[in-house]
Amino acid sequence: MQAFRRETGVVAPLDRVDVDTDQIIPKQFLKRIERTGFGQFAFYDWRFREDGSLNPEFELNLPAYREASILVSGRNFGSGSSREHAPWALQDMGFKAVIAPSFADIFFNNCFKNGVLPVVLPEQTVNELLARAKERPGYKVTVDLEAQTVSDEEGPVAGFEVDPFRKHLLLNGLDDIGLTLEHGDAIARYEEAMPARLRGLTIAAVR
Amino acid sequence: MPKTLFDKIWNAHVVHEQPGQPALLYIDLHLVHEVTSPQAFDGLRMAGRSVRRPDLTVATADHNVPTTVGRAHLPLEDEVAKAQLDALSRNCAEFGIPLYDMNHARQGIVHVIGPELGLTQPGMTIVCGDSHTSTHGALGALAFGIGTSEVEHVLATQTLQQARPKTMEVRCTGQLPRGVTAKDLILGIIGKIGIGGAAGHVIEYTGEVIRSLSMEGRMTVCNMSIEGGGRAGMIAPDRTTIDYLRGRAHAPKGADFERVAAEWLTLASDPGATYDTLVEIAAADLVPHVTWGTNPGMVVPVNGRVPRAEEAASSGDRRAYERAFEYMALEPGQPVQQIKLDRVFIGSCTNGRIEDLRAAAAIARGRRVASTVRAMVVPGSMLVRQQAEREGLDKVFAEAGFEWREAGCSMCLGMNPDILSPGERCASTSNRNFEGRQGKGGRTHLCSPAMAAAAAIEGHFVDVRSWS
Ligand code: SF4
Repeated sequence: MQAFRRETGVVAPLDRVDVDTDQIIPKQFLKRIERTGFGQFAFYDWRFREDGSLNPEFELNLPAYREASILVSGRNFGSGSSREHAPWALQDMGFKAVIAPSFADIFFNNCFKNGVLPVVLPEQTVNELLARAKERPGYKVTVDLEAQTVSDEEGPVAGFEVDPFRKHLLLNGLDDIGLTLEHGDAIARYEEAMPARLRGLTIAAVR
Repeated sequence: MPKTLFDKIWNAHVVHEQPGQPALLYIDLHLVHEVTSPQAFDGLRMAGRSVRRPDLTVATADHNVPTTVGRAHLPLEDEVAKAQLDALSRNCAEFGIPLYDMNHARQGIVHVIGPELGLTQPGMTIVCGDSHTSTHGALGALAFGIGTSEVEHVLATQTLQQARPKTMEVRCTGQLPRGVTAKDLILGIIGKIGIGGAAGHVIEYTGEVIRSLSMEGRMTVCNMSIEGGGRAGMIAPDRTTIDYLRGRAHAPKGADFERVAAEWLTLASDPGATYDTLVEIAAADLVPHVTWGTNPGMVVPVNGRVPRAEEAASSGDRRAYERAFEYMALEPGQPVQQIKLDRVFIGSCTNGRIEDLRAAAAIARGRRVASTVRAMVVPGSMLVRQQAEREGLDKVFAEAGFEWREAGCSMCLGMNPDILSPGERCASTSNRNFEGRQGKGGRTHLCSPAMAAAAAIEGHFVDVRSWS
């Protein structure tokens, strides 16, 4: 996995609540069997008009936000489906961190697995960031995972909480499958002692 | 200390734990489908890893498959979908995973076939790369959706790193009034707690209402736990659970079954066990529900009205309401029963089971779908389809003018050719009414199977309680 330490970048304001994964990456693009190349389809129905041209009304289409690497949005970001294509698409679009007052659980988890940092900040702080990014297109912040802070040119904006274990994995870009496999013996012991109810399971036999 | 159903299952599955780290949780059953698995299998191959327990893994093809009758003999026209279905077959063959492919007699939506085949059993931990894995909790399992990286993790290790979630009790007291279904109950719960209301929590549904629901109804409720933001939904196993599982293909047989069934009954939460959060629902107050907006929390009684922007709880919600009015082409304050429909979809992992089809058929029997409506019934599995045909439900639907199709996710998310055209309005028994969910520009209203069938016949929403 890609490591995340700190990122300084333009803030893209997506001032909506409950942005769901169906919007982040619509279903017609989930048929691809690769992990890459989803950025071109991110927010597809909002970003493009019927004829395939850019929709000038969609906030992220402003030229000033094209190079943005930090997305800020309203509460319950990433609700809905478990599709990991959502963080893949955001990452491929250039986003390294997403800031919101709250996130849906599976999306939040999926971000960490892909080196995208989801940052929870109080609603009021998020609203301030949204306002600054809208008033001053090109407004930049630095998200520092090590220090657990968000700051801008003028100084600190806010600190944030992050689970220490997740932080450790992300700072070092560690592969959690590799870590789990270090507990191979414990897994094998668990399997040996597995309760009898699981021996009633005969998946392979029924065809 | 008294323990909850969740505590008991969680504790029994911790393989390894150390302070400051998530627990390593053993996974008893891993369900796989074509959309969220190809990248996981690629990851395994790239790292030279194998599937640790192909014998605890089962795959089905459901999201992409066409539901056209006779599909086994038709060419699959969507090349990209075909590539994904082929990838699933190849991966299952390579790693030794049993697959219920498109042409299998037991194929169906992953969350329908798990319980139906008796793969899903009380006390298990179950995961799938799909958020509606919460459905399986209806049988007293701890079941939740995961992303593709975690699918790869489970394939490689049969475990998951998980932080212990919080617990929420949703206590449903009283009796459901006539004409009010499990779907209305869960829509009512989501309307009350909001779509992020159960974030970080595993929900346990308790109370007389839950005890009196059939297994199908319980699955409908647990299915939509995720629409309330919940990590999982669960219901303690009881006689209903045991009677449902007895004789199912993968369930234990004979004396073995009776022995495990006795163990299952001990999983119920102990008296006095506590939860982090409590929500109380009085069933007597519930009515049939219809969603008006673009998320499942935007829901009102069928005899109610589309809300006005002023009724929104915050400025963020207010803007969301305004966007939803526009997207859904609805007037604030408009009576729900005036909403006219172009399409009706009966199916999905929420309401594509036999009981759902019976409820819809009971409304459709001897009536006709309105000439302005195209209605389809997509059974949740091929076994549901066969059962419905044995009961003659296919004929009831056909005579009433509903299309009778083969099993799959179909218009629940429209990855296959079953989609809404821009601007089309649909009454759907599925679980999500997000913008574009059923097709770009399509407008979805969620409701129960009986409500959807009645809407198909009248051409607009009606209160099924006022039907004979
Ligand atoms: S029926 Fe719909 S919600 Fe259920 S698994 Fe299929 S796509 Fe997902």
